[in-house]
Amino acid sequence: MLDYETLRLIWWLLVGVLLIGFAVMDGHDMGVGTLLPFAGRNDLERRVIINTVGPHWDGNQVWFITAGGAVFAAWPLVYATAFSGFYWALLAVLWALFLRPTGFDFRSKIADPRWRSFWDWGLFVGSAVPPLIFGVAFGNLLLGVPFHFDANLVPYYTGTFWQLLNPFALLSGVVSVAMITFHGANYLVHRTEGDIQRRARTAAIVFGALLLVTFAVAGVWVSTGVGGYAIVSGADPSAVSNPLAKEVVAQPGAWFANYGHHPFTLAAPILAIAATLAGLWLVSRNRGLGAFVCSSLAMAGVILTAAVSMFPFVMPSSSSPGSSLTVWDATSSHLTLGIMFWAVVIFMPLIIFYTRWAYGVMAGKVTVDYIRRNERSTY
Amino acid sequence: MISEQLVDLSRLQFAATAMYHFLFVPLTLGMVWLLVIMESVYVMTGKVIYKDMTKFWGKLFGINFAMGVATGITLEFQFGTNWAYYSHYVGDIFGVPLAVEGLMAFFLESTFIGLFFFGWDRLSKVQHLMVTILLAVGSNLSALWILIANGWMQDPVGANFNYETMRMELADFWAVMFNPTAQAKFVHTVSAGYVTGAAFVLGISSWYLLRGRNVEFAKRSFRIAAAFGLASAASVIVLGDESGYTVTEAQQTKLAAMEAMWETEPAPAGFTLFAIPNEREMRNDYAIHIPYAMGLIGTRSLSKEIPGIAEIREHNRERVLSGIEAVTALEALRRDRGADEARATFERHLPDLGFGLLLKKYVADVSQATPAMIDQAVADTIPRVAPMFWAFRLMVGLGFALLALFATAFYYTLKGECGQKRWLLWWALLFVPVPWIAAELGWFVAEYGRQPWTIYGVLPTHLSVSSLGIGNLYGSLAGFIGFYTLLAIADVYLMTRFARQGPGSLGTGRYDRDTGGAGGAVQTAPADRIRL
Repeated sequence: MLDYETLRLIWWLLVGVLLIGFAVMDGHDMGVGTLLPFAGRNDLERRVIINTVGPHWDGNQVWFITAGGAVFAAWPLVYATAFSGFYWALLAVLWALFLRPTGFDFRSKIADPRWRSFWDWGLFVGSAVPPLIFGVAFGNLLLGVPFHFDANLVPYYTGTFWQLLNPFALLSGVVSVAMITFHGANYLVHRTEGDIQRRARTAAIVFGALLLVTFAVAGVWVSTGVGGYAIVSGADPSAVSNPLAKEVVAQPGAWFANYGHHPFTLAAPILAIAATLAGLWLVSRNRGLGAFVCSSLAMAGVILTAAVSMFPFVMPSSSSPGSSLTVWDATSSHLTLGIMFWAVVIFMPLIIFYTRWAYGVMAGKVTVDYIRRNERSTY
Repeated sequence: MISEQLVDLSRLQFAATAMYHFLFVPLTLGMVWLLVIMESVYVMTGKVIYKDMTKFWGKLFGINFAMGVATGITLEFQFGTNWAYYSHYVGDIFGVPLAVEGLMAFFLESTFIGLFFFGWDRLSKVQHLMVTILLAVGSNLSALWILIANGWMQDPVGANFNYETMRMELADFWAVMFNPTAQAKFVHTVSAGYVTGAAFVLGISSWYLLRGRNVEFAKRSFRIAAAFGLASAASVIVLGDESGYTVTEAQQTKLAAMEAMWETEPAPAGFTLFAIPNEREMRNDYAIHIPYAMGLIGTRSLSKEIPGIAEIREHNRERVLSGIEAVTALEALRRDRGADEARATFERHLPDLGFGLLLKKYVADVSQATPAMIDQAVADTIPRVAPMFWAFRLMVGLGFALLALFATAFYYTLKGECGQKRWLLWWALLFVPVPWIAAELGWFVAEYGRQPWTIYGVLPTHLSVSSLGIGNLYGSLAGFIGFYTLLAIADVYLMTRFARQGPGSLGTGRYDRDTGGAGGAVQTAPADRIRL
């Protein structure tokens, strides 16, 4: 079996992979849902938009569910502390997500315009709110979250919900919504034609540009206004998981330290910017698929930038820095990480294989004519 | 000290959201196999009516499936939001089946459900059937993994407590995976789901037959549901998860409570058909006994004894007393990792650690527990008997009633008279809700019967909660009630609308009430329009 330290590092990467997978897969249908009321001006157009993701949104959402399950299994303390601490934020995500499965399946089953309009906005909320909140949550992780543990490792969150909505975190929320919408718009350019495609292209350019600007502003903000945390002692990478056995200080500039130690990690922010620029160029020339690949890479860059900046921290504590949760002291046991690693190694290629096949079966432009011909069987 | 109110509200929220979710799960589990059967017949015979059956019942399946997906995420979130200490304490084991469920089952069913609905014209017949089969396999695998997780809560095998990390850690993954309690639960639960799917199709088909609408379509659906339902109902009863109950102590407590067995009886014990359990005097009033039956059901043997509540309670008193030593030594050990004497005491009493933690409900320092507190903690180890006794009996009674329904339906199917007996059609129609009631009662017995534990013998429910303010709990509970009520209205509205309209909603022109447009106003058509 792989040693404990290696597995802990692998699991940091795997959670990153699952989050990037979520952004690429569920992200594009959330971007499409966010654009739905604006890119589609009448019922038929909206049905075209919905049916570009109709056969796939459910499978895509599993990236999110699996990422949650993987965090539970690999980082149980992070799962426990973050989910109970961000209580209302998580409930808002959950309640927004209620509107997606029902919206997709229920909307077109009844012809009443009020019913359809209700679910259009339901799909909008279900698609736009989760990325916004995830972005806000990431922003708060970068800032540090007020929590601590008692001697029995019971987590206590001592902040409020409103405290999570601070300016930096809200900016992170905008970064997240911008990248998801950019990505969804690229997908729509690829899968639609005519007016819808034209509107999607405009949206892609607007949100791609917004992503560039907000990502750059967030970077400057982190370097000037957001401190960062550093481990002073403890946190042995191969010791048993005990988040109370280390000393941590808040330290300005700490979130840039990894880039100095390991310059290759600069690839993450460079990828985010370069891929966004390339995506903008491609989508402006109606090359939807190429732009989609670029926005996928851009999101990978953005997520990795946040992850690398904080490494080895996963969830730093602002009120009790020593309680911070890191890659080294918040993980499951050696055996569990090993078993979960093999589960991912076995199943992930299978998942990618049949997902690819499913997209292949449903490939091609979704058109107004296709909806008319399949009025009863499409969403 | 953790407030009682916080614990009660967290339990209420979990019970409400889990039971709500389980309104949709069993129908998915069962209907998906009926779809596989119908589509297989289509592929083998080429008769288009079976394709229409797959599509029409698939439409109802889809409405239900959407609700299952929406309400399922709640449960995954809720372990973290409301049961944070639980998540920390057992995430090392419990998180594994949840993550594997995502990787192995959810991806499969969720990817293929899209192709099931939208791939009819893009896949060959056999390819589409494969898609439907993979959808069925995926949804049933998800039941397997979640029941492995739940089985571990009932019977926590293959794990050890680690005082340094202050949690349970995985020791033997195969033991968790092949936990007999989990396997028994899986078979019992999916069979119950199959019964639900069969009763649903049988009942709605009966309604068409009563109305004389879509007679051929309804008869064929009725026959398939009757055969599938009979096999499933028999399997639920024969493979009732009571079969696993005598394997371990956890299930023995549950068994004693649901049978109201106050005293250990000489083997084989009698089965109490009816009684008014009297908690205070620990006896049953007005009991009607069937000799030997309980021993046979519970132990599958004539000589094995089943312990009664009084005996279990005395045994638990010893465990609570030993648990006090374990908790006290653990706390000393966590203050000073080098305390060798404390370590030795801790290791000696470790198996009873959970029983010592039961006292945390009454006193922060368990070494200061008074005899009254110890009495109370011991009393807590047995769930209340009357609700268990009655919930179990009602569930079993409904199970046999369903078996009778399917046996009758199957008998008349074989005689070729399934559409003719109006009393049978009414019986089937009125019995549509019955499997749901039985399934919810079953979950009540399983989960209420495990109290006062979330993980039997390891972690008391009381300690499992998140440290949240009460206001949060009232707020979230109100939100769930509001959202779930609205979703239920939409779901029931769509279900009844499409069930009433019937296969005409497919717009093929072959059935009654074909509206021609996109689900617009319902038009009436001649009752005998179908000719196949």
